[in-house]
This record gives sequence, structure tokens and C-alpha cells, in this order.
Amino acid sequence: MAIQVDGADTLVILSGDWTIGDSEAAAAERETWLDRQGLKAIVFDTRRLGRWDSSLLVYLAGLRRNAVPRSIRFDDGGIPVAAQRLLALLPESVTAPAAPTRRPGLVETLGVAAISAWIELAAVTTLLGGQVLQAGAASFGRARMRRADLLTCIYDAGIAALPMVALVNVLVGAILAFVGAIELRRFGAEVYIANLVGIAQVREMAPVMTAIVMAGRTGGAYAAEIASMQASNELDALSVLGVPIQDYLILPRVLALTLMTPLLYLYGSFVGILGGFAVAVSMLDMSPELFIAQTRDAVTMTQVIFGFTKSIAFAALIAIAGCRIGLKAGRSTTDVGHAATHAVVVGIVGVIVVDAIFAVCANALGI
Amino acid sequence: MDASQATPTLKARGLTFGYGGEAVQIDVSFDVKQGSIFAIMGESGCGKSTLLKVLIGLLRPSAGTLHFGAQDYWSMEDPTREAFGKRIGVLFQGGALWSSMTVAENVALPLQMFTGLSPASIDALVQLKLSLVGLDSGRTSMPADLSGGMRQRAGLARAMSLDPEILFLDEPSAGLDPIAAKRFDDLILELRDGFGVTVVMVSHELASLFGICDDGIFLDAQSRSVIARGAPTMLRDRCDNVTVHAFMTREKPNADAINVAERTP
Repeated sequence: MAIQVDGADTLVILSGDWTIGDSEAAAAERETWLDRQGLKAIVFDTRRLGRWDSSLLVYLAGLRRNAVPRSIRFDDGGIPVAAQRLLALLPESVTAPAAPTRRPGLVETLGVAAISAWIELAAVTTLLGGQVLQAGAASFGRARMRRADLLTCIYDAGIAALPMVALVNVLVGAILAFVGAIELRRFGAEVYIANLVGIAQVREMAPVMTAIVMAGRTGGAYAAEIASMQASNELDALSVLGVPIQDYLILPRVLALTLMTPLLYLYGSFVGILGGFAVAVSMLDMSPELFIAQTRDAVTMTQVIFGFTKSIAFAALIAIAGCRIGLKAGRSTTDVGHAATHAVVVGIVGVIVVDAIFAVCANALGI
Repeated sequence: MDASQATPTLKARGLTFGYGGEAVQIDVSFDVKQGSIFAIMGESGCGKSTLLKVLIGLLRPSAGTLHFGAQDYWSMEDPTREAFGKRIGVLFQGGALWSSMTVAENVALPLQMFTGLSPASIDALVQLKLSLVGLDSGRTSMPADLSGGMRQRAGLARAMSLDPEILFLDEPSAGLDPIAAKRFDDLILELRDGFGVTVVMVSHELASLFGICDDGIFLDAQSRSVIARGAPTMLRDRCDNVTVHAFMTREKPNADAINVAERTP
């Protein structure tokens, strides 16, 4: 590129290739000759110009942008016609970028977070209350829910979850037996492995592990399903008809999960103890009769009721959180993924927090 | 029926609406006459779909009234207004079919929810509606297995399932090829003539607008108001407004662009 000054006009001779790959895009801002006194016009000679692409346009647009405020005429007559046409599509001056939005201060951030948490709590409580009332209505057959939907949800949250719940609980029961054996053997108290496995499984591990499995596979699925219905206007189609979404979409899911999770818990407790039994009998040389007798002695009805109650609470939490997060999701497809992830995280963390509350209460009540 | 003499089915007065306190359109007023096909026109982002949301009860306007016949829609109690949903049919963009159900179940659901009909009668009605839109063969398909045009037809059958008084269509021919779009337009005309349903449609497909709409309003994004009203063909031929003219004739109103076109060899 060469620049030839001729009186008030400046002739810019563009030559060679101007392509993105060949060199850095030339910055017109670096051209100091633009500030020369008495400059009236910029004209171009492109007879020796080779291949060109956007990088030429960047340079030309930059020159024009700088010429306009200096009252220099920009004569694009000399440049290739195709480049003229592309240049005509570009604005002559760069519009100033929008002023950056003010970053809220710490107090404002905290305040907004607190208010939205409060509003969210109210919304979730309303949803929960509504679901309890609707569950009552449903038991008298008065809810606007399709039986087929409830049965599908029950299958998904029950039978379909059996293998995974079984696997997780068998392994947890077996792990408990192994871990217990190492410590208890030092005191010659291997016989208490059955107590350890039984109580831990029925009180803590089966309800929590089952709930975590359900949060991962069902809570996330609820959020994703509802969010994708939101994204494709399916929820609007229901609202316009006057079909209550609470009855029609949320109730079968919440009912199915709160009915099925406690049953899965019972099953999980049983197979968990079975896992401990297998390890104790086959690898730790405990007699089967002794293990069964110890387990029957240790696991009381109170423990079972305690675990059962917990799994009802966990299930309600997972179902309500999943549905609420799905309903709140935005309308884009990425929001579906976010909703699913968020529901799983809230489900798992929520289960553990609620479990801790149960532990404190149980301790106070002496259960 | 002479549309100009009929009583308005839908009467909007001074509607102002938007999201989060920011108005998209201010003071929108219009009448939709019984049996007409009414177009809501305008460039992208002018608030056409938002206005539709107000009309079908999904978004409360911040000011103004909306009357269906003699009833003031937005001042009804919530349950009454929701029950009113049975009297309107809506075809959303892309059909918005419930994806977990077959096409026939989609059309049947409103009937199951709001009528006490026997399964056999519901089945007969579903069959009729699907045949009317030309979907006899697709009744057991899932929405995901249908083409865009078929989904749109299934959505129309669902919107018509309760024989509504007003049918709202959101961009009915968006994403359809010209032939499918024309067939869909013809279908809307036939349903209007056959059932006497009033149609309100949001569209920027010129072929549809000129082909079937007999009245309409043109919303402008910049002035946030109605800048023209009347049948699309009339607006095309007789409206002086630069934006409306540019929209209807697909000419760019920008003077610079025209100069460029002249300068190129």
C-alpha cells in the first residue's frame, strides 16, 4: 500500500492481496496523514489490488469514519464496485455503545436477593398447599387430571426406578457391612454388623440414597419436561383452554413421586440389608440365623416409620422443586437444560438439609 | 354476511400492554367484526404476538378494556375468565401440540376436559376435525413425527375442537413452503365460511394477508401505536404511510439503499 499526496487530495494506492489470512487488518486509526492541514479528499487507485475480503473493508470503513468528522471527502469511486456496495451497507459513523448498566451495590444485591427469596418461598408454599388440597380433591375424583397421566407418572417414578434403587441400596448395605467389620472386629463384636447395617439402612441410608436417586432421575426429568413444554408454548395452550396446570401437570407428578418413593424406600431398606447379609455371611463368616436374629432385634417399627416418614417428605420436596423449577424456566431450549440441572442440585441439597432437620428433631424426641 | 354491518365480536379500547412496566404498545383500539378474518400486522418486534397474548388471556393489559360481545374480558373474575377459554381457539406458533400425546389425543383433550360426551362421541368429533384439516392418516402419530405443515394442521384441529366463536392464529404460515402455506390459508377460509368463526391472525406473510384477510390493524414499533387500519389489500393500494407502504410492497424505505442500487452497474 502506498499513499501519494497530491495537493488537497490524497491518493491512496491499494495493491497486493488484502485477505484476512495474509496480514493483520490495517488500522485506519494509525494513519497520521489524515490530520494533515488542508486535506480535502481521499481518492483511491486500485489497479494493482489483488484478492481482497473483509480486511479491506475494515480499512476503508475506518478511513471513511475518520474522514467524516474532519470534513474530508471520501471518494470511493476508485475502489472495486463490489466493495463500494458492501461499504454502502455500513454506517458512516460508529454508534456509541450503550452506556454500561450500573452495577448494583452490595446492599441492593442483598435486598433484591432477599425479596426474591421471600417471593419464591411464598410461591413454593402456595404450590405445596395447592397440591395438598388438590390431592384431597383427587382422592374424591374431583381433580382435573387424566388417569392415564397419573399411571404413566407412577410407572416412571416407581417400577422404572426399581433397578437403580436396588443396585444403589444393595451396594450401600454391602459397603456398610465391610466398613463395620473392620472396626467391630477389633472389639470382637462382629455380631453387631447386623445391627449396624439394619439401623443405618432403615434410618438413614435407604431414605437418603433412594431420594438422591429419585432427585437425579425423576426430579430432573420433571423440570426438563415442564420447561420444554414451556419452551414450545404447550403450557400456554393449556392455560388458554382454562385447564389448570396445577391439576393437570403438577398433581400427577407430585402424587406419583410421593406415593412411590416411600415404597421404594421399603424395598431399598430390604435389599440394603440383604446386601449387608450377603457380605456378612459369605465373607465375614457370620451365620445366617445370627444375622437375621440380630437384625430383627435391632430394627424396630419406630425406625421404619421414621425412615418412611422421611422418604415421604423427601419425595414431596423433590417433586415440588422439580415442577416449580420447570414452571419458572425461560422459553429457550438452553433453559430446559438449566432447569434439569438446577432441579437435581436443589433436590439433592434439599434432601440432605431436610434429613439434618429430621436428625435434630429425632434427637430432641429421643427416637 | 356483510362484515361491515355485523356487530363487533371483539372490541378493544385503549389497550396498553408490555412486560415489566415497559409498554410495547400504547392505546390500541380496534373492532373485530363477526365472521371477518382480522390481521394484526407489523414489523418484527412491534408487539403483535404480545397483543395476541392480551387477547387470549395470557397477559393482563396495564390499561384499556377488551370486550367479547358484551362481556368485559379483563374485569371478569379469574375463574369466569378461564372458563371463557372454551369459547376461543388458539393456534400457537409451531402448533404447540402436547408432545406426550398422539395427534388424536391432542384434539380430544379439550373435549374430555370440558364436555360430558361419551368416548365414542368424542372420537367421532376428533375424527371429523382431523378429516377437515386433512389429517385422517396421522391421528395416531406423535407430534414429533409430523412435518411442520402437518403439525400446524393438527394444531388447527385442536384449536377448533370445541367449535370456538373466535379463532386466534399466531403466525399460521410461518415456516411453511408456499404451497403448504396457500393450502393452509384456503383451509382457514373454508373453516370461516363453514363454521362462521371469526378469525384473528398475527402474520407478516404478505401472501396470506392479501389472500384471506378482510380487515386489520398495523402496529408500529417506534411510535408504539396503531398507524393504519383496514384490509391489507386496501393498505397496500391506498396507504401513504412510509412504514406501511414499505411493509406491504417489500420496498426498502431507506433512501441511501436506493442510491446504491442506482449506482451499481
